[in-house]
Amino acid sequence: MSAFRRLVARDLRLALRQGGDAATVVAFFVLTVILFPFGVGPEPELLRRIAPGVVWVTALLASLLSLERLFLADYEDGSLEVLALIPLPLEAQVVAKCLAHWLVTGLPLTLLAPLLALLLHLEGAAYPALVAGMALGTPTLSLIGAIGAALTLGARRGGVLLSLLVLPLYVPILIFGVGACEAAATGFAARPHLLLLAALLALALPLAPFAAAAGLRQALE
Amino acid sequence: MLRLANPARFMRLSAVLLPWFAWLAALFIAAGLVLALFIAPPDYQQGEAVRIMYVHVPSAWMASFVYAVMAGASAVGLVWRHPLADIAARAAAPLGAGFTFVCLVTGSLWGEPMWGTWWVWDARLTSVLVLFFLYLGYIALVNAFDEPTRGTRAGAILAIVGIVNLPIIKFSVDWWNTLHQPASVFRLGGPTIAASMLWPLFAMALGFTLLFAALLLLRMRTALVAARARALRLVANQDDGRAVPRAAQARLDPAR
Repeated sequence: MSAFRRLVARDLRLALRQGGDAATVVAFFVLTVILFPFGVGPEPELLRRIAPGVVWVTALLASLLSLERLFLADYEDGSLEVLALIPLPLEAQVVAKCLAHWLVTGLPLTLLAPLLALLLHLEGAAYPALVAGMALGTPTLSLIGAIGAALTLGARRGGVLLSLLVLPLYVPILIFGVGACEAAATGFAARPHLLLLAALLALALPLAPFAAAAGLRQALE
Repeated sequence: MLRLANPARFMRLSAVLLPWFAWLAALFIAAGLVLALFIAPPDYQQGEAVRIMYVHVPSAWMASFVYAVMAGASAVGLVWRHPLADIAARAAAPLGAGFTFVCLVTGSLWGEPMWGTWWVWDARLTSVLVLFFLYLGYIALVNAFDEPTRGTRAGAILAIVGIVNLPIIKFSVDWWNTLHQPASVFRLGGPTIAASMLWPLFAMALGFTLLFAALLLLRMRTALVAARARALRLVANQDDGRAVPRAAQARLDPAR
């Protein structure tokens, strides 16, 4: 367990010291959301209508932005080959790396989402559903993304390829995340949607690390 | 299955099977088309437009079936390092993408007169669209590496992960009650389609399956022949002494 903790701490330290990675993701998120009022016009009614979708889609893209770096730096400087030799199973290392990735991207996105939703005049009743949905959905984004990041190691045009692989698999999270917000905004229960998001997380948490670790192994072969 | 791993044996066997599959596919598709377009009755609600079903439904079945074949071959290739399974998975992907594309296009053409719209963001349509993107992603991933085996391994893992989409496609019409109609052929309590429409449908489905088998064998044979041609060209270059320095050449060919 201490190896797991140390790996998380190492990745967090790297992400924070190299600076910028987390900050870039957050800046991308804020700037892209702010573009929408300019793009579709500032009418509060229209913005209120599209707010959940805009926030969720932008969060999805922001999380995708940093995914390419999840294993790439370790792969290129050879530390991934050393990591593969330590007693901690590769599957657990994937979970550790996803946790670190979530802490520097998913968590800030979740905390910022209500603020940006405020700029878009989101319905008051939808805020708890938005934050709860992001908190349940963004870890799944990191976990699914880890599969794509592991598979595209060493590929030509890895970044573009990664989005092609991962975005179709993100669709269910987007549907239920936006569904929770819309349900809450129109006076229905957000709970079923949130439970489905939790179910996706419960499914991805044990399964995605196996696929990602298999991807890492074939990249190291 | 492991005896088939010998490419020479596969080439002999597939040379015998290929014409059979191809001609039977032509026969069943021709018979199915005649039955579907001229003999089957028009629908009491949909009129003549129902005949799109005889292409749409079999290609939709094939879209899922080919994905299952691709994922199954990928799993066999990963577990047993079966060379022909790898080739089969790579060969199946463009065929599956083709069937999925036909399914989406015919569905769109059918939706316009029946639902009054080319496209709805219905659960069934969306999940089939995701399937189409999974095929495209697989094809892009497999071809993204300089070393073909790496691409095949990475693609195999992706194909196995993507299999979660198949049950979603199958049950999407039961879980979400939207515009696309629920299952009417493979359901508990038997099909709800009249026999006069069911038989042409089955003839077309069988024809499509045989067509897939024939094209898959053809593509696998082509891939094997291409690999052989590549190997021969390497050997020929060595004989010319262009690619290999003289010392290495002597080591390669002690008779010279």
